[in-house]
Amino acid sequence: MTDQLDRMIETVRRGRMTRREFVGRASAMGITAGLASALFSKTALAQEAKKGGVIRVGMAGGESTNSLDPALAASEVPYQVNMTWGEMLVDVNPDGSIDNRIAEEISSSPDASEWKFKIRAGVEYHNGQTVTAEDVVATLKRHTDEKAQSGALGIVQGIAEMKAEGDMVTLKLVAPNADLPYLMGDYHLMIQPGGGVDNPTSGIGAGPYKVVVNEPGVRHTFVKHANYFDSTIGHADEVEILVINDNTARTAALQSGQVHMINRVDPKIVELLKGAAGIQIRAAAGRGHYVFIMHVDKAPFDNNDLRMALKLAINRQEMVDKILGGLGSRGNDFPINAAYPLFDDSIEQRDFDAAKAAEHYKASGHDGSPIILRTAPGAFPGAVDAANLFAASAKAAGIPLEVKLEPDDGYWSNVWNVEPFCASYWGGRPVQDQMYTTAYLSTAEWNDTKFKNAKFDELLLAARGELDAAKRKGMYKEMAQILRDEGGLILPMFNDFVSGVSDKIAGWVDDPNGELMNGRAQVRCWLA
Amino acid sequence: MRPPLSALIGLTLTGLFLFSAVFAQWIAPYPIDASAGKVWEGPSADYWLGTDSIGRDILSRLIYGGQVTIFVALASSALAFSMGAFLGFLAAVSGGFVDQLLSRIVDLVMAIPSLIVALVMLSVLPLNLTVLILVMGILDSTRVFRLSRAVAMDIAVMDYVEAARLRGEGGTWVIFREILPNALSPLVAEFGLRFIFAVLFISTLSFLGLGVQPPLSDWGGMVKENKDGLIFGKPAALLPAAAIAALAISVNLVADWVLTRTSSLKGGRGG
Amino acid sequence: MHPILKLVVQRIALGLLLLLAVSAVIFLGVEALPGDTAQAILGQQATPEALANLREKLGLDRPPLERYFAWLGGVLTGDLGTALTNGADIAQSIGQRLGNTLFLASCAAVISVPLAIILGLIAARHAGKWQDKLISGLTLTTISLPEFVAAYFVIYLLTQVFPVFLPVASIYGGMTFWQKLNAVALPVIVLVLVVLAHMMRMTRAAILNVMQSAYIETAELKGLTPMQVIWRHAFPNAIAPVVSVVMLNMAYLVVGVVVVEVVFGYNALGQYLVDHVSKRDLPVVQAVGLVFAAVYIFLNILADVISIIANPRLRHPK
Repeated sequence: MTDQLDRMIETVRRGRMTRREFVGRASAMGITAGLASALFSKTALAQEAKKGGVIRVGMAGGESTNSLDPALAASEVPYQVNMTWGEMLVDVNPDGSIDNRIAEEISSSPDASEWKFKIRAGVEYHNGQTVTAEDVVATLKRHTDEKAQSGALGIVQGIAEMKAEGDMVTLKLVAPNADLPYLMGDYHLMIQPGGGVDNPTSGIGAGPYKVVVNEPGVRHTFVKHANYFDSTIGHADEVEILVINDNTARTAALQSGQVHMINRVDPKIVELLKGAAGIQIRAAAGRGHYVFIMHVDKAPFDNNDLRMALKLAINRQEMVDKILGGLGSRGNDFPINAAYPLFDDSIEQRDFDAAKAAEHYKASGHDGSPIILRTAPGAFPGAVDAANLFAASAKAAGIPLEVKLEPDDGYWSNVWNVEPFCASYWGGRPVQDQMYTTAYLSTAEWNDTKFKNAKFDELLLAARGELDAAKRKGMYKEMAQILRDEGGLILPMFNDFVSGVSDKIAGWVDDPNGELMNGRAQVRCWLA
Repeated sequence: MRPPLSALIGLTLTGLFLFSAVFAQWIAPYPIDASAGKVWEGPSADYWLGTDSIGRDILSRLIYGGQVTIFVALASSALAFSMGAFLGFLAAVSGGFVDQLLSRIVDLVMAIPSLIVALVMLSVLPLNLTVLILVMGILDSTRVFRLSRAVAMDIAVMDYVEAARLRGEGGTWVIFREILPNALSPLVAEFGLRFIFAVLFISTLSFLGLGVQPPLSDWGGMVKENKDGLIFGKPAALLPAAAIAALAISVNLVADWVLTRTSSLKGGRGG
Repeated sequence: MHPILKLVVQRIALGLLLLLAVSAVIFLGVEALPGDTAQAILGQQATPEALANLREKLGLDRPPLERYFAWLGGVLTGDLGTALTNGADIAQSIGQRLGNTLFLASCAAVISVPLAIILGLIAARHAGKWQDKLISGLTLTTISLPEFVAAYFVIYLLTQVFPVFLPVASIYGGMTFWQKLNAVALPVIVLVLVVLAHMMRMTRAAILNVMQSAYIETAELKGLTPMQVIWRHAFPNAIAPVVSVVMLNMAYLVVGVVVVEVVFGYNALGQYLVDHVSKRDLPVVQAVGLVFAAVYIFLNILADVISIIANPRLRHPK
């Protein structure tokens, strides 16, 4: 509950929630109206952030092959960099509500098949031009062009027709979608002058900072965009993002004050780092999860008893404790947790049960030959250790699970989605529909468990056009149960985003949407 | 001649390492993959050297890790030596076209940084010990080739080799009966050095994530697993590092002793 | 033509041929890797259409031989092309990073070479005594540590216990020379530790070897002090093996320090190459491989020439 309250407070701090809304939601959480009102005033007052200075961020997840083209962003540093210079139509608040950015107002037809975005007046790019509705349409169009290789291709393909008239952008969808605004908050969809068609890597956007130095894999620096439209964020004069892929060096950089915040703190050292002076560990429960995926159409994983045996043979609590250092939560073999809107917490938690696993294993009639689980250090942090723990607990249930180490290099092209059983991870999506559509719909391009279930597909499509939240929640619950009991997904844990933050930084709010405040820490925080 | 103290220390330690590597299965208190304790515990009666990053007994893993490290280094050095020395002698004895061809091929391989070659090759080939040994052995054989060719050149002009040739002995006979026995001493000393570089090279590969299959681990991999604790004063990573250093030093001490009776020192860290 | 000049010209010609062969070998090597650039770039996001588009855009649908010769033609005209992954100009990216690589290597060399030679001379002067044993023991320890162990140890000691330096060696344009030196202090310390032993041991061995010669005895009989004998008579004659081992280590400092670059986040060629190897960015791998090979070949030629000039016997070949 405190998480949710924190997120609401952050929303207030950003001036995006009225007192009435805040008090209303807080009462729903059991907070008295008086207290909530006081809290609101205090939060709203606490907005006076200090301006100036240089915020330095040390990050893992950058390579010298990175580019400023938002269509190509895939790893952590480009994400953070693009969030510094770019601006999208909308963003997602920590509490899961929509934050209007370049779109000032959003409305839809009653059946959610046509959406209108009113473009905020007077938003200026770094080059002095003004953001227009045409730019927005050109941007979306560029991402539909298959030659742009955009990571958002799947999203923009759902748009049948786009139109710019005056300050209004109208999108007609192929099929109704109540979640469209969330899709427009996809991090690839940074609005660029002329859609970025001529020069996708220019780094010119409407975000709070201008790119000064762009040395991929090394260092990115920015200065404040003087005419940025939103005065409530972008406090520092300058931002510097240093790429430090080595864990030890990154931690040392934080401790020695070379940087103010770092991402991906290794869970193993969290306890140790907590003891360090001047440093806070911020763990935000997110939607990201680590998984072991089985192809349900390949032997021996085409046998549901065998799948169930493996699901029961994994010790989830041990994984959370040892792989995540306690910073995370147990998974339940479907990719949704409390960080999603419309999550139903009444679904029974699956746990380690050697006896039951052995029973299912016996029922599967498996011949006892080794079951090969492939993993690589880069499959997810601690993937090799996790696979070893899995093999050890499966042994206790009499299941001959064998770990095979693959090189990081080529893992995503040669192993993932190719071999029938391997380690992987998902970063999660803002809404359930998007997560399920991406990876569990029969026709999904990234259906990495080869899961095909007619009932599941039917529910997913029905839920997408369903505007009644309660009905929708029920459908999602039913889908979760199907996936949990029949799917090829073994989901032992949801990982928190663990960041290390210096005491010199103020204004930090944990954000479940992504690490380092969903890529915006350097923009939203200030130097105390 | 009685070996000096340093050589004795070297011999004893090397022997100890070899012994624990060979009999790892009987000596190690815990199985290699047993994860019993808490993360990064200090030394205790149960875990003499403490536990590692996921709660496994460090002593046991050091013993097993030594087995892998020493085996791979030994096997790849042996491969490098048999290949490099034979081809080096062959080049020296044959001269002419064969010498030119082999020398230019070796120049070519040496001109490409061996770490890069190893990274590329290991990411193409399936990761297992055989591949690791082959890749390292072949890369290292170029350096052995150079040394043995130079040594053999010196020997090849000696009177007794000339005499053998005049007697009508073939190239193979000359290599094995005349040159090899006389080149043995510098080669043995070089073997010690190359063995060390092999140990360091495996460690580096493991550090870069292209080493040994889990749950096996070599010492370099163990350093990597535990390195994050280092800057908080958790010494788990120092133990395998110390083991690498101790092995390297003891073998070097032995090699030095052999070397004092020969002249030069060649080779180098894999560049 | 002067024999030395002739030799140099010969060596350079041979070196260029070798470079050409190296480029072909690297091309074939990367070509043989499973997967391709398009797959490596898209990673988890690779759908069949996206793959086909990217391949077409990058020109990967053309036959390998054609691509190799197109590239070779570019190099001969000074155009290294652009990186497949992010479209950056390769010559420009390499230029800046090569500067950083050479800066780090020269800093390490300036300290380690004289230090190694002086330590080697001292060890040889006191061969078998405690000075010799101390120096030999210390350098034996440093040579026996993998680079990354030395690196973490130095980070722990000099940024946490005694916070003198910053752990990340961040270097960029606009820094003063002094700031740059300060930034590379830690990696330089590590590299010095790593290369010191090899050069020192070679110097010591070479000097001791020469000391057994008859003319050294003559010099000793003339009444020179041991250090004078070593410096004036033994060292010049021991220069050839020392130079060759120094060059070997210089080559290592330029091409072999990937691990140190990775640990300290130092922006230089090794890390650049490793990033692009894993993304199968062929033009970059080709170009950097070529630069590395050129450095190696150049240093070898240099070593040969110095040895010949320094050694009277080699200077006048029969």
